[in-house]
Amino acid sequence: MIEVKNIHKNFGDLHVLKGIDLTVKKGEVVCVIGASGSGKSTLLYCINGLEKIQKGEVFVNGVSVHAKGTDINKLRQNLGMVFQQWNSFPHLTALENVALSPRIVKKMSKKEANETAKKQLIHVGLEDKLNVYPSALSGGQQQRLAIARALAMDPEYMLFDEATSALDPELVGEVLDTMRLLAKEGMTMICVTHEMSFARDVSDRVAYFHEGVMEEIGPPEQIFGKNPKSENTKKFLTNIR
Amino acid sequence: MEQSTAVVFFTGFQLRDIWYLAEAAGRTLLISIISITVGSILGCVFGWMLYSSKWLGAMTLGLVLDAFRSVPLIIQLILFFNFFPIIGVPLDPFTAGTFVLTIYTAALVANVVRGGIEAVGIPMRRSSRSLGMSYWQDMRYVVWPIGLRAVFPAWVGVALGVMKDSSLVSVLGYVELLRASQILITRTQEPFIVLAVAGAFYFALSYPLSKFSARLEGKWQS
Repeated sequence: MIEVKNIHKNFGDLHVLKGIDLTVKKGEVVCVIGASGSGKSTLLYCINGLEKIQKGEVFVNGVSVHAKGTDINKLRQNLGMVFQQWNSFPHLTALENVALSPRIVKKMSKKEANETAKKQLIHVGLEDKLNVYPSALSGGQQQRLAIARALAMDPEYMLFDEATSALDPELVGEVLDTMRLLAKEGMTMICVTHEMSFARDVSDRVAYFHEGVMEEIGPPEQIFGKNPKSENTKKFLTNIR
Repeated sequence: MEQSTAVVFFTGFQLRDIWYLAEAAGRTLLISIISITVGSILGCVFGWMLYSSKWLGAMTLGLVLDAFRSVPLIIQLILFFNFFPIIGVPLDPFTAGTFVLTIYTAALVANVVRGGIEAVGIPMRRSSRSLGMSYWQDMRYVVWPIGLRAVFPAWVGVALGVMKDSSLVSVLGYVELLRASQILITRTQEPFIVLAVAGAFYFALSYPLSKFSARLEGKWQS
């Protein structure tokens, strides 16, 4: 379970998160929508400790992310993250990209790490690209590679930060399909996204962020239906339609 | 190494003079290899320090390194060579020259390395950290290989430059390639031949490095 309790985040004078509460149970898929700059991505960074918080607490399986004694590297292994920019390691082949952290972080043998990597690359449909360098892969393929890389650490949770925003339109589908597959397999996911149809189809709950506040959270029928509770949600969804 | 000496003034350029130059080229190579190797290792450490602490970079280390980068090498050499005896540690020309050349290399490499680390970018590093890598694992397996490849051509430029700049150690009286050619010119009065041969030696020293680096870069690109 991921528990976000009243977190506040400032970047200098900019108050990006203004007291966010969110609990995500195992197996749940939560999509976070909202305008750029509303704090959605920052929320993910705060959940896996890539950003410090000024107030509040985040617990992952009961362990406080921002507490002093927490082994953050260990905790992050359980929180796969996929970024807007796929950040493939350019000096490694697809297989080596995925096998790297199982080998050096989980201390698997090279053989074991490669098997894990191969399994995850097949999982995301890149079985014919094992020995290819990222420069020879399309953006969509690189993003699936990034998903495989995160999955190779065998995380319980996956965080997606606008995983399709930097992709050419024709490549968005393959990445969303991979994410759908994960959701179907029961992966616990928090997806920050601008893909409303994806959010509607896949989510158990959808959260709408507005200027650092979680305006509304509820099942997709509530958010995308005729009458979301918040006026801001309504306005946002009308504007992007 | 024993240096052969000319007995008679103004004798023509002979075959054994080539051996004399070759020995000197060996000294140029030795001084270059030591300075480039040690200087590059120091440069990596300094470059990392410049990158990781803006305060340190701007206020202390950065200033020192800037001084070494900006003051002409020939001035540094003469200053240090004359400075060491003052503090009671007289150094021979080879040690003093290598010392200055090493620090000079380190100053140049530090900035190259800092550029390399910066080239990797925060998003890439967040990716590796999000996979559970520690700071040092990220450095060792991600930042290091990506960043150093990015700045490798710049490093080769520094290394070739230092090899040629090692000729300035001649002002301390150390008989490396340039100094040896000057001696030969005085004796033979045949500057064209002597300088052509010396130039060929410099080329022979530099060419393998640039060839090797080109091949390495080609390998990385594919």
